[in-house]
Amino acid sequence: MSARSANVGASLPRLEAAGKINGAAKYTDDLARPFMLHGAILGSPLPHARIVSYEVRRARALPGVEAVITAQDFPYLPLGAIVKDETILAREKVRYVGEPVAAVAAVDRTVALEALKLIEIEYEELPAVLDFDAALSADAPIIHEQLRDYFKIFDCRFNGNVLSEQLVAEGDVDKAFVGCDVIVEGEFVTQAQAHAYLEPCAALAEVDDRNKITIWSSHQSINRVQANVCEALGISMSQVRVITPRVGGGFGGKMEATVQPIAAALALRTKKPVKVVLSREDDFAMMRSRHPARIWMRTGATRDGVLVAREVKLLYDAGAYCDDSPGVLAFGLYMARGPYRIANYRASGKLVYTNKLRASGFRGFGNPQVTFAGEIQIDEIAEKVGLDPFDFRMRNAIRTGDKWVGGQTVTSSGFAECLKQARSRSDWDRRRASPSGAPNGRPRGMGVAALAHICGVLGTSAIIRLAEDGSIILNTGAVDIGQGADTVLAQICAESLRVDVSRVNVVAPDTDATPYNWGTGASRVTYMGGRAVVGAAAAVKDKIFMHAAAMLECGVQDLELSDGGVVRVKGTDKKVSFFEISLRAHYGLGGPIIGEHAFVYDGEPFDPKRCTMIGFPFSNLGVYMFGVQVVEVEVDEDTGQVVPVAAWLAHDVGRAINPLAVEGQIQGGFVQGLGYALWEELIWDNGRLSNPTMMDYKIPGTLDVPLAIEPIIVEEHEASGPFGAKGVGEPGIIAAAPAVANAVAAATGVRFRQLPLTPERVFRGLIRS
Amino acid sequence: MDSAVLIVNGRQSRVSIDGHETLLEVLRTQLGLTGAKRGCNQGVCGSCTVLINGLAARACLCLAALAVGKEVVTVEGLERDGKLSPVQQAFVEAGAVQCGFCMPGMVVAATALLSENSAPDDEAIRVALAGNLCRCSGYVKVIDAVRRATTLGQSQ
Repeated sequence: MSARSANVGASLPRLEAAGKINGAAKYTDDLARPFMLHGAILGSPLPHARIVSYEVRRARALPGVEAVITAQDFPYLPLGAIVKDETILAREKVRYVGEPVAAVAAVDRTVALEALKLIEIEYEELPAVLDFDAALSADAPIIHEQLRDYFKIFDCRFNGNVLSEQLVAEGDVDKAFVGCDVIVEGEFVTQAQAHAYLEPCAALAEVDDRNKITIWSSHQSINRVQANVCEALGISMSQVRVITPRVGGGFGGKMEATVQPIAAALALRTKKPVKVVLSREDDFAMMRSRHPARIWMRTGATRDGVLVAREVKLLYDAGAYCDDSPGVLAFGLYMARGPYRIANYRASGKLVYTNKLRASGFRGFGNPQVTFAGEIQIDEIAEKVGLDPFDFRMRNAIRTGDKWVGGQTVTSSGFAECLKQARSRSDWDRRRASPSGAPNGRPRGMGVAALAHICGVLGTSAIIRLAEDGSIILNTGAVDIGQGADTVLAQICAESLRVDVSRVNVVAPDTDATPYNWGTGASRVTYMGGRAVVGAAAAVKDKIFMHAAAMLECGVQDLELSDGGVVRVKGTDKKVSFFEISLRAHYGLGGPIIGEHAFVYDGEPFDPKRCTMIGFPFSNLGVYMFGVQVVEVEVDEDTGQVVPVAAWLAHDVGRAINPLAVEGQIQGGFVQGLGYALWEELIWDNGRLSNPTMMDYKIPGTLDVPLAIEPIIVEEHEASGPFGAKGVGEPGIIAAAPAVANAVAAATGVRFRQLPLTPERVFRGLIRS
Repeated sequence: MDSAVLIVNGRQSRVSIDGHETLLEVLRTQLGLTGAKRGCNQGVCGSCTVLINGLAARACLCLAALAVGKEVVTVEGLERDGKLSPVQQAFVEAGAVQCGFCMPGMVVAATALLSENSAPDDEAIRVALAGNLCRCSGYVKVIDAVRRATTLGQSQ
């Protein structure tokens, strides 16, 4: 057994990297079971309609078809994490184009698709509600007539097509604005962005001899899949097992149910394994997007550059169903103050149903929208008071020990350090003062934007066991969707027990085998999962020491771990290995060694005496991460094309457990943010998505992104985190759009307040100015 | 349905091909070679990239019948003597691999580039990989991996 080679702080490649680069890695669509059927889903052709009748007999009669299901085949079993407003197949009404209405299982995909064509559904079309104004108008058609009767986990303050109305307020905003020397005000519009994970949604379900359903699927949480399938089918969690193969990206889109309940329903009906894999077009049309937003914001400061007040009004478009939307809106309200000391703050928001794709969690969770608005206004104010954007941000920066909106203490803020690092590494002062201009004569500009975000929320747990040979079995239930959780949690485990990472067996999340974890979201797996692993490792260490003390005839206080799975009497060469200890535990005394740790995020709750929070679905959130992003762009004034030239991305991650993986998260998040800033937008034409393909919906490729995207890791120790670590999953995407917009303003003198900054939009803006 | 022989990764395999079936379907369902992925099925994302007679091609756009008699190499055929090829090794070491779904196509495309041009500059790398979409990495470490592979290849 070699000594540990690399644990916390080491840039290890992914544990499974070789298997992902030689074709061995299996994703859901790579799996098959004997006599497996193939499922296909029929989507609604209309954005809003009443279902009058179904005719499925011809489809059922097609040779090779084994099941055709519609809502008529189920009792009413609504699901939803926050408001139970949807069913797995549309019932009575359809509410967006693409909404699943019927599903088929057949011997192969060709027959299944043929059967879909034979299903006839008669609709009575209703007027569709496609934007904020239509949804909020006094005579708007109501999308969910039964909203009042739906089960809700909190008082969401609904009304008509307004699914939730929320308010967060501190200080006296109206009075504070009266005293401001400088006020900026504006309206901002952001678009629907598609998650566009490379692996389309997929699930394989099989029923065993006890009628228990096993599901392999592409997901972010085995526990959310299990809960959704059980709700949808009205069965006990003891009847559903969810297993994680490799997952080809999620970004928030695979947090709640995708096609798992439909696959499970088809498997139950046919008693055969059924695989449902969405085509790319169906994935675009049926699944999820980021919330389109309309944001009104006003920010005020004194003439010497001290921020005093901010007021925000948000409209977020939830689409046809609730999903995690109330949380997304709440988080937008919570983050819109930005990483600044602003004593007077009021943010109100409405979440609106429309007849479009449901919006959901998406990397940043409501924060990219408000940070786009907020960071543009920060630049505008800095300009008005005559301060450099960095100096202005530094003057108002939130520091360790300050309170966030709501009263949670910021326990570690690396924000000031991010500002310093981003400024010096980008050579801001020199470049900003004398913009180089491109070799082709086009103007260039530098822009900066800052961000804060949280990592934490909800419950998680870990179980660590010592195998008979002294190696380590790590069970967490934390799904690695590509971000590197398996590797990072293995590193934390290996560091805690001072073994080589190769001695840690990371168990694939499986509801039959791994303990509860709410899921991979909220940048939480390193921080929350890591804390659970540290706790479980401590419990295992205690038991190991009890055995070692008996074997070495000393007290536990005399023992220490040394590298390579060895317990030593301090200051001597008396030692015993994990292997010897485990043999004793398994075959001699005490029983196999198991340690566990389970908790729910335990930070400070919000303080109702300090802050008004109405309709807010959280009681606390997490610890704060910070970042500062600098972007240089080039603008082609003849075409309006904006070309990102270089970027410097300083992020406070607490402690980088794996710097290589941290860099990958920062760079990858930022490039998704460039897509959001410049190219990506789902477009609807009369309620029908016009660009549901990778051809028509443009995500960034190698030719679109700068070669120089420099991640700068700032490590501001977070005492509650595992080895001081915080998260990093989401922050990379959050400040990209405002940094680009601020850079375009620097290059051209024109401010853009609507995303994405397409050539057409920029060209028109330049002409108007 | 016609019986035919495909040459894949240096081996001859008997398959039955429907006229409309793509090479991607036959590789994945009849030969158990699931490395090439179906990301979009319309030739945009590049996740299904394979080599046909040494050139990078979209398996989702190529009819299986048209690949008969040609040398097809998939990601499963890149290893040498049970070890990752230098290009594959470079992807691992550079930290280019995240979710991995695009990686079989990406590394095949990079292999095609390097067999044609042993010392590509950054622009050549970007152009060669322009048809391979990745939603995780931001491409920085992917491009770095190909640069490394160039060095690794030269040192061998």
